[in-house]
Amino acid sequence: MYLYPITFYIFSLVAVISALMVISARNPVHSVLFLILSFVNASGLFVLLGAEFLAMILVVVYVGAVAVLFLFVVMMLDINFVKLREGFLQYLPFGALLGIVLIIELGILFLSISFSENSLTKFVQSPQINEIENTKLIGQVLYTDFFYLFQISGLILLVAMVGSITLTLRDRGQVKRQNISSQNFVDAKNAIEKKKVKLGEGI
Amino acid sequence: MIFLEHYLFLAAIIFTIGVLGIFLNKKNVIIILMSIELILLSVNINLISFSVFLNDISGQIFAMLTLTVAAAEAAIGLAILVVFYRNLGSIEVNKINKLKG
Repeated sequence: MYLYPITFYIFSLVAVISALMVISARNPVHSVLFLILSFVNASGLFVLLGAEFLAMILVVVYVGAVAVLFLFVVMMLDINFVKLREGFLQYLPFGALLGIVLIIELGILFLSISFSENSLTKFVQSPQINEIENTKLIGQVLYTDFFYLFQISGLILLVAMVGSITLTLRDRGQVKRQNISSQNFVDAKNAIEKKKVKLGEGI
Repeated sequence: MIFLEHYLFLAAIIFTIGVLGIFLNKKNVIIILMSIELILLSVNINLISFSVFLNDISGQIFAMLTLTVAAAEAAIGLAILVVFYRNLGSIEVNKINKLKG
């Protein structure tokens, strides 16, 4: 069967090339679109691995939320992006050197350890992956063994939400806002005024 | 046949590209945030491939937590970016010391 390797190489090649385009595209809008392409290809790789739930979550969360947020900010801010690209070529030799060193180090690390089946799998305690489907398995352990982590991640999202709202909210003076407590304390006697209007006359 | 090492090399390449992006686009905060997203994606690839090849579901749970943190980080980072742009009219990183706490 050559289909699995061919699919792996296609997805990973497109992911790597689009990741390269993310950091080198002139227009930041193109960068965001290449980021989306990279994430979609990574989610294809996750499907290939058999982690379908995370693949779908990756598409929903990244392509649906984070990338759209990036796109929104890039398009909303009026920035001279040509000026921001100054120094790209200046740092290129140093950056390339650093990248080559980093990737050689990681390659040596991965080649030096053999990740064979029986060396690491003896620490596994959770249920076997092949027995039941992916989403059901994640659901089984997420709400039992990893329940506190799940709660903490919800708390992190809440803190991020409160933080980003307080950062960007500003009070512009002329905007009328709803004041709920003053609305609740309105008394019917003061709020409504009765007037006798004579026939044929206005107020 | 594709083994764990293939996925690890792919993750290493994407990680390196992300680090390189931070170095090359020193002035553009938006590209730096996108590079951080790329780095977190490579971490996710590592976690999920280990999880599948070692037959342990915990890696996928941790990948989900990484995803959560990445989304929170992107939201906070972009909020800071919007406030910074509103105050200075630019997003150059070397002006960011004018925030002064």
